[in-house]
Amino acid sequence: MSTDNTTTKRLLDLNLTRNLLISLAVLVLGVLLLESTDRYTNTQLSSLTYYAIAAIGLTALTGLNGQISLGHGALMAVGAYTTALMLDTETPLPFPVVALAAVVVTSVVGFVVGIGAARLHGPYLAGATLALAVALPSVALYFKGTFNGEVGLTVASPRPPEWFVSFIDAVSGEFATSSKYVAYLGLFCLIVALFFALNLRRSKIGRHWRAVRDQEVAAEIAGINLGRTRVQAFVISAAYAGLAGAVMAVVVRLAAPSAFTIVLSLSLLTAAVIGGLGSITGAFIGAAVLVFLPPWVTSLSTGSGLSDTQAAQMSPLIYGIVLVLVMLLAPGGVMGTVTTAWRRARLRRLHPATPTQKG
Amino acid sequence: MAHQTRPTRRSRRLVLGAALAASALVVAACGGGGDDGDSNDPGLTEDSIKIGGHFPLTGVAAPGYSEIPLGHKAYYDFVNANGGVGGRDIEFIAKDDGYNPAKTSEVVNELVLKDEVFAIVAGLGTPTHQAVTNFLNAEGVPDLTVSSGSLLWDDPEELPMTFGWQPDYESEGKVIGQYIAENMPDAKVGVFGQDDELGEDGTRGLKQFVEDQIVAEVKYVPGNTDVGPQIAELQKSGADVVVGFNVPSYTALSQLVSMKLNYKPTWFYTNVGSDSGLVGSLLEEFSQGAIKGTSPLAGVYTTTYMPQASEPDNEWTKLWQKVWDEYGDGSPLTNYKVYGMSQAFTLVDAMNRAGDDLSRESIVETFEKDGSELSGPNYVPFRYSEDRHAGIGGLKLVEIQADGTTADKTPVLQTDVGDAPIEEFTGDVGTPPESGIPGGE
Repeated sequence: MSTDNTTTKRLLDLNLTRNLLISLAVLVLGVLLLESTDRYTNTQLSSLTYYAIAAIGLTALTGLNGQISLGHGALMAVGAYTTALMLDTETPLPFPVVALAAVVVTSVVGFVVGIGAARLHGPYLAGATLALAVALPSVALYFKGTFNGEVGLTVASPRPPEWFVSFIDAVSGEFATSSKYVAYLGLFCLIVALFFALNLRRSKIGRHWRAVRDQEVAAEIAGINLGRTRVQAFVISAAYAGLAGAVMAVVVRLAAPSAFTIVLSLSLLTAAVIGGLGSITGAFIGAAVLVFLPPWVTSLSTGSGLSDTQAAQMSPLIYGIVLVLVMLLAPGGVMGTVTTAWRRARLRRLHPATPTQKG
Repeated sequence: MAHQTRPTRRSRRLVLGAALAASALVVAACGGGGDDGDSNDPGLTEDSIKIGGHFPLTGVAAPGYSEIPLGHKAYYDFVNANGGVGGRDIEFIAKDDGYNPAKTSEVVNELVLKDEVFAIVAGLGTPTHQAVTNFLNAEGVPDLTVSSGSLLWDDPEELPMTFGWQPDYESEGKVIGQYIAENMPDAKVGVFGQDDELGEDGTRGLKQFVEDQIVAEVKYVPGNTDVGPQIAELQKSGADVVVGFNVPSYTALSQLVSMKLNYKPTWFYTNVGSDSGLVGSLLEEFSQGAIKGTSPLAGVYTTTYMPQASEPDNEWTKLWQKVWDEYGDGSPLTNYKVYGMSQAFTLVDAMNRAGDDLSRESIVETFEKDGSELSGPNYVPFRYSEDRHAGIGGLKLVEIQADGTTADKTPVLQTDVGDAPIEEFTGDVGTPPESGIPGGE
């Protein structure tokens, strides 16, 4: 009995250490990227952080738990508006506190939606969350006094504190601008989000989510409460969207209804699909495609002699083609394909004599 | 007054100075700005000036609005072919934001930090442009002739680099209100407004004159295409004059629904919503071809603040037609292209006036100092000064005719926000120079 306990404990510790190391590695990589690139790439990386946070949350919900959501853009709006309102004071609270508040508020909204969502499946769930994506931005128009209608709330960028300025000065010898500070805030939030997601996947909760996704009946027989697990997944996923919204508010410096249309929800879903549903690395890849592909296509098109309007129309076209190609050629997304290929290669290496057995 | 304005002016200079210093620092730190021009500002070289703007080139707001950058491009090509601005060619970049503020912030970052434009010009839309004003002012980037009639751009204290362009919606509402009060004193007035600053500012201006006459006030939310309930409410209230503060697609929708309900009030639409060419084509599309041409808008009142594409005999329109024929893409000249070319004309004038000393600081100074003297096709001069960053200061009321042309209902009127009086503008409207390019003298 006692040996059993120590093994599980050691395993847990191994897991924790591994996840901590991964998160630290990504942090170091992030700092290196931010300090070695120009200011424009810095702003793109800031956008990448909030897309990645939201995509991680969505890929966990869809990939691990099998629920679909077309309403994550609206949940990001909840986080963004909470942030905008809380930063709009003479002496605003520090950003981590504000972000945490955004996470809590969005989780509450996610809980309410999740209770309804837990009873729905497939297209019905997609429809219900779609309604959320369409309806929620109108709340900002209806309660105009608080949310300032169509024009939205401007967000004062948090000022870089002194320790941050001296840190940047020490790392790269540059002057820390407020947009650089915002990029670091995004990176910090992303690392926290990543660490939790890594742990979640290998924890009891993650296993429950997968069990519910793969075989409801078996999961129920095993003693898993289906409804509770689904609501739990939705709330945690909403928390990610809330954090992403908080980062988005300070990056974009505005919370306005037109920034949270159905298009945002759909692009988050496509990011998760392109990267590979359920894969955290995939969420990063999908977010990177969202951020870097459109400007790249546009500048390539302009460079090849197309007019500004034609170049602008090229980028959604190419994005659509990429999505269709991924669906046709790599239905598991980038990471799904990579993992399958790797597994196959390993299988072949382990059983070189029996290549046909698999078929 | 002088005592009041002096310290504020000084603080504004400080902000401006700090912004410029910060941007200079940044440029120096990035190792950029190896230009050979007289000024080290980004986007300027010995033989080029790079400027850019954000527009909805794709998406729901694209029809009409996406033609504004075409007008800019054509006019700059025309100027470049005739020697440019002091020997420098103007390079104009239009970026697509799909009318989404998050996207606006991304493309403006790209314009300022990657393409390193000298100035942002004609950035389109209120929520979209609002997402970038703080950034542009903190970076010290001139933010000129914003394509929106919101009052937000007229804030020299907070936004020293930002300048509006078209008449504000409140002034427009006042002019319409006064006309109704004087010429239709017994009319029951209904208001059909977009639920944002377009509807709000406009209604505020209107109410200064016809508050007692208003019998119904309805709003619509952009994106919701069902305006049946709103129009029905106006009909029920017995309003025989309806003033619409809305965008072109809602002009078409409100006309269509009124036809269905057999509701025939006298319509007023603001300049923004009344482009008869666009509304006509939208009506044709919405009604699936049942309604053709611009005749449904005959008898509708609207306002204009500069010559339109439908006035081929006007000297300005002749110039635009000539430029468009030579440097356009062969499509017909529209009011949106005219709008873009008119902005471009004024910008070229300002750049010429700044002359060889052209820099981010000097272009802002030119706008503030030369202000009302900056030339363009606008009937009434700009309101730019050190204390104001508001654009064109007046307009006239017109009635749309069956052939799409307009007939004047008032002389050109000059006014401003708040309780500023509405007065007939007696100054010279002016004609374009022979060369078609403002000389800057």
